[in-house]
Amino acid sequence: MDLIGLVSFNVLVGIGTLVLITVGLGVIYGMMKIINLAHGEFMMLGAYTTVISVTNGINIWLAMLVIAPLVVGIVGLIVERLLIRFLYGRMIDTMLATWGLSLALIGLMTTIFGNDVRGVPAPVGGFSIGNFGASGYGIVILIVAALTLVGLFCMLRYTRYGLIVRATMQNANMASALGVAPSRIYMSTFALGAALAGLAGGVLAPISGVSPVMGAAFIAKAFITVLGGGAAIITGTGLASMIFGFINEIVSFKSTPVLGEVALLAAAIVMIRILPQGITGRFFKRSI
Amino acid sequence: MKSALASFITVVALGIVLMFALPHTTDMFGLMQMTVFVVMAIFALSQGFIWGYGGIMSFGQAAFFGLGGYTYAVAAINFGDSTGAVALAIIVPGLFAALLGYFMFYGRISDAYIGVITLTVTVILFNLINATSGDWYTIGNAPLGGFNGMPSVPTLNMPGDPSTILDPEQLWYVTIATLILVYVLLRGILASRLGRVIVAIRENETRATLIGYDPRLYKLITFIIGAMIAGIGGCLYTNWGAFISPTVFALAMSAQVIIYVLVGGLGTLLGPILGAVLIQWLISFAGSQSAVDSNLVLGVVLVAFVLLVPQGLVPVVRDTITGFWQRRAGTGSEEQKQTTRGAEVRS
Repeated sequence: MDLIGLVSFNVLVGIGTLVLITVGLGVIYGMMKIINLAHGEFMMLGAYTTVISVTNGINIWLAMLVIAPLVVGIVGLIVERLLIRFLYGRMIDTMLATWGLSLALIGLMTTIFGNDVRGVPAPVGGFSIGNFGASGYGIVILIVAALTLVGLFCMLRYTRYGLIVRATMQNANMASALGVAPSRIYMSTFALGAALAGLAGGVLAPISGVSPVMGAAFIAKAFITVLGGGAAIITGTGLASMIFGFINEIVSFKSTPVLGEVALLAAAIVMIRILPQGITGRFFKRSI
Repeated sequence: MKSALASFITVVALGIVLMFALPHTTDMFGLMQMTVFVVMAIFALSQGFIWGYGGIMSFGQAAFFGLGGYTYAVAAINFGDSTGAVALAIIVPGLFAALLGYFMFYGRISDAYIGVITLTVTVILFNLINATSGDWYTIGNAPLGGFNGMPSVPTLNMPGDPSTILDPEQLWYVTIATLILVYVLLRGILASRLGRVIVAIRENETRATLIGYDPRLYKLITFIIGAMIAGIGGCLYTNWGAFISPTVFALAMSAQVIIYVLVGGLGTLLGPILGAVLIQWLISFAGSQSAVDSNLVLGVVLVAFVLLVPQGLVPVVRDTITGFWQRRAGTGSEEQKQTTRGAEVRS
């Protein structure tokens, strides 16, 4: 019984983690049809921001929940203005350019901070489920992931900005004719996606080694989950994270974490083959 | 047509001259370095062929390169003779590509998704191979070694004679001869009916289908050819250092080969070769100083080329030269321009 409790808790945390690392990419892909290959490096920047803020004596919650998304959001804004906006509608070119950006960011951070792995202590201790110890920080991840999804949903569904964003996503020309500046919407969407990546990096910093190449560990998982989810950002990301997170944690529990990740990726590839438009391309088409 | 043939002969002749001239003009270190550049050029040709001519955007060509390298290493350790190992290093990536390609092309997955799937497969392989440390992960007599890779792999020997092992200079001849051979082979494929259908599908898939060609099959064939070439590259790479490690499957490897092709020129064969040598030289130059990380250089080069020179160096240089000659001859008529355009696609 205790074991079942522990495994379910781990599955939930796994799903929460996947939601966190995916949602920023999902916002950018879902709204702008841009596959941002520098997503992992945006997360890496968020993690570095957190580590550096904490070593300079800033409260860790403030560092990872406010400063990290803010800094990476600004970086995203700059990147969009200098790079992405020249490449709208050229999907392969944006993939290549963001891949170049990802390499450049890795190189830049290595040049500045060196190759060594840093970390911050988790601000929450463990707790026990029956005889088993579980990580208390998992609860933080779960809460942040849930709040992110709910917040994003409310923003898209109930605010004026959300309405404009959805309109631009559906038909940029029509939105433009009605007085919206699509380029400005794209700019803010990209910055929002980057900020969410920064948040994910910040929140995951205490449980992962922070180094310039850490982004590579997340990138494949994030992509394949977004593509598996399909066009609807929140429903798609949520559902795909649930399925893949579940597979990952169960296989990890039965064998090794490496095989768990391999199972996740393999399952995702098979699913893209069956549902090329993702889950929300076939089901829940009207969701956000 | 004539100019295409002329450029083909020029390239092959230059390759042969380089093959024999280099060992006399440079020291052993330079020769070894050029050997690995040439290996990368073979790898670049595989990406250049499937992307530039087949229109297949593979973000995971490193998977086949790495598979070729690992297959060679495992087979060479087990057989004690390199001949069969080389054959396997070509066959295994080909089979893997057939499987993956069947899955992708017959599922009619769109371009960007092919990119992401190939990328993911490479990441899977990287994770798997990385986790193979320990005695349990042994194929025959060959321990896979996990993150540490496989050291002291037996290098190429004379076919059928395991006791005569090639020295580095002979390895140079083998490597560059392979490059020239692959180039000639690809040129031949592109001049044949098969190659023309492959290019036709890249140009207009719907039209090619309506004429009666099955794009899925032709894309699959292109993909397999590319994978086999990448396998040869991987095999020679293992031979170059007598060593292979999981970094061959790393994302940076797939990124590098895309950069070679993009910098050299998409839709050419000479471009990827020159791109590979140029970028490898740049990396080793960047690696010899410690102020700037080589990833930064690579990334900036990639971004700059996507934004500013998306067609790559070789087409730009060629257009400049032909433009110069046309202006000089004063015969820049529309007809001639079109013939040069036609030649451009082929050479």
